[in-house]
Amino acid sequence: MTAAIAGGVRRVSRLDAINPVAKLATAVIVGAVLLLSLDALSASVALVLELALFALARVDPRRLLLRSSVILVAALLAGMTVAFYGRASGAVRLEFLFAHVTDGSLALAGATVLRILAIGVPAVILFMSIDPTDLADGLGQILHLPSRFVLGGLAALRLIDLFADDWRSLELARRARGIADRGRARRLAGMSFALLVLSLRRGSKLATAMEARGFGGSTRRSWARPSRFGAGEWVLIAVGVAVVTIATTSAVAAGTWRFLGAA
Amino acid sequence: MHGLDLRIDPGERVLLLGASGAGKSTLVHALAGVLGGEDDGDEHGRLLVAGEPAIRPRGRVGLVLQDPDSQVVLSRVGDDVAFGCENLGVPREETWRRVRHALDAVGLDLRLDHPTGSLSGGQKQRLALAGVLAMQPGLLLLDEPTANLDPAGVREVRDAVASVLDESGATFIVIEHRVDVWLDVIDRVIVLEPAGGVLADGPAREVLERQGEQLAASGVWVPGRTPPSPNRSRVAGGGILSTTGLSVGRGRAAIQQGVGLELRAGRSLAITGPNGVGKTTLGLTLAGLIPPLAGSVDAAPLARGLSPSPIAWRSRELVTRIGSVFQDPEHQFVAPTVRDELGVGPQAAKMPEVAAGRRIDEVAARLRLTRLMDANPFTLSGGEKRRLSVATALVTAPPLMVLDEPTFGQDSRTWAELVALLAELLDTGTSIVSITHDAAFIDAIADSTFELSKTALVTS
Repeated sequence: MTAAIAGGVRRVSRLDAINPVAKLATAVIVGAVLLLSLDALSASVALVLELALFALARVDPRRLLLRSSVILVAALLAGMTVAFYGRASGAVRLEFLFAHVTDGSLALAGATVLRILAIGVPAVILFMSIDPTDLADGLGQILHLPSRFVLGGLAALRLIDLFADDWRSLELARRARGIADRGRARRLAGMSFALLVLSLRRGSKLATAMEARGFGGSTRRSWARPSRFGAGEWVLIAVGVAVVTIATTSAVAAGTWRFLGAA
Repeated sequence: MHGLDLRIDPGERVLLLGASGAGKSTLVHALAGVLGGEDDGDEHGRLLVAGEPAIRPRGRVGLVLQDPDSQVVLSRVGDDVAFGCENLGVPREETWRRVRHALDAVGLDLRLDHPTGSLSGGQKQRLALAGVLAMQPGLLLLDEPTANLDPAGVREVRDAVASVLDESGATFIVIEHRVDVWLDVIDRVIVLEPAGGVLADGPAREVLERQGEQLAASGVWVPGRTPPSPNRSRVAGGGILSTTGLSVGRGRAAIQQGVGLELRAGRSLAITGPNGVGKTTLGLTLAGLIPPLAGSVDAAPLARGLSPSPIAWRSRELVTRIGSVFQDPEHQFVAPTVRDELGVGPQAAKMPEVAAGRRIDEVAARLRLTRLMDANPFTLSGGEKRRLSVATALVTAPPLMVLDEPTFGQDSRTWAELVALLAELLDTGTSIVSITHDAAFIDAIADSTFELSKTALVTS
């Protein structure tokens, strides 16, 4: 009952109900295994499986595209760099200055793009449904990380909103003081310093308030929100393991698997 | 703070007074066990709470501080209230029972997953109070809990505290220089002496009667001893600023629309209204700091050859025409010393060095900053920061000043100084726009008020 009260109604896709620690673990497993090889096949298989699984989990495709757009841009930029400057082999397609686009570098570029997507997209989708408070609960109760560290980090996160407001006021105040016309670099440096001072002060006030509520004491802490790690969590991790297993097996079978990029 | 002997019995309700620097906050922090360790200073004597040293009272003492924003720990209301219970190791079922009870007690009728970021200042302070109550402390400490709140927020918090005390019977100590707020809640007043020790101690009315004059002189707001309003000549000059069909907002959405107001030289306009209605945004727009979303701000009489619209002026052109004083003085400090801080405006306006130096000394003397000239602005006290922020705007002698909550959280002494200074400025033809909740300030200074509301605009 208490979990329902504390959790409220923030459920959007099936993934939301999964413990953040399981999401973290799954993203780490997928990322670590897929980094082992640089071939196009294992990355493609992983990516196709991942997208199919997200569809099954009812992740809104528009949200998926929107949230992964940064990964997409990063992947394409990395791909372009590899295509222009990557290890040259095979027929030369284009050449200017130091750039050589060859059959070999194009293949490498394609593999790079696919790999970044195969690692990045699930990470973004898994992380976007993580509530910081739930994550802190999970880190504290399931992984048994020190609560001082976990909750300190969580509380600091809340100060970020205040920083944005402070920054805007600092900007307007510079105009009011007559120093907003010139010396942008120096002004930004000054504002950054002022923001640092303000945030240290806020931070120490928050620390006092937390201490006044018994935080950091010697009493063993209880947790108001249960963080459970059950069948659903193990299923997610198993699915992640299955995806990378299928991906690497098919690459090894097809003979394209190249351990750590070895030729 | 030293040489203090004090005994407070269970269930007593104490208002702690004293001039700033008398160690009120230090005492309260020490009682709450959050004063820091040996690295932070020396300690002599004994401080006992319920017979035990007050190093770690572990939940038997609850403390609510002044700044509403810096006390919210978690992002959901229920979780935030539960935080203290968790730290005390209270079992889960019991924690949620206490959370609901505490929220009830402070009158916060919100869902447990309501985001804490969207609460008003008064709600945040009641949330902090609920978080403390859930720990079931025998001693409740409040350090200027209402200094940053509007009048409605002040009443909210005071009433919540009163009902909580009636129910729990907890011992209560509050620091507050606005005595009238707490007069009906407390039964004992202790006045600390700046040099150390107790200046006065006894039943509230008795102490206020005996020590009233001295307290008022040290900055305490004693009921019936409001600082006198200055006499003003009230000569109105020509118009200096007007708006037509003005819409204001940050970003794209307008928070106020169709604002039409007019201001004449030597007159004072007060902009009032509840929190979140767009007063600050309107002030920033009038001061030429953010662009109007629609309509116009016409300050042609101030323009001296520039466009009539202040937002089109350059930053250094603005300082000699419109002076702005922000709600939080720290936002507008840019220099390492008070002297440099006062020099920023004149330098931007390219004032001749000798004239600038004279002007800086004059303004510093007028605002009692002379002995602080080499101090870092961030290290000043609240009242000194406020005086400095006013001085930085004043030093370039702008014909219009826009002040955002200039009297917020100020003691009666700084308040009276500020009011006298502004009256003087008005008499010399300066115009003043102030955003304020302070009824006494409006009485003393405003020639007209412009009240903003959520639905319609009212002018009087």
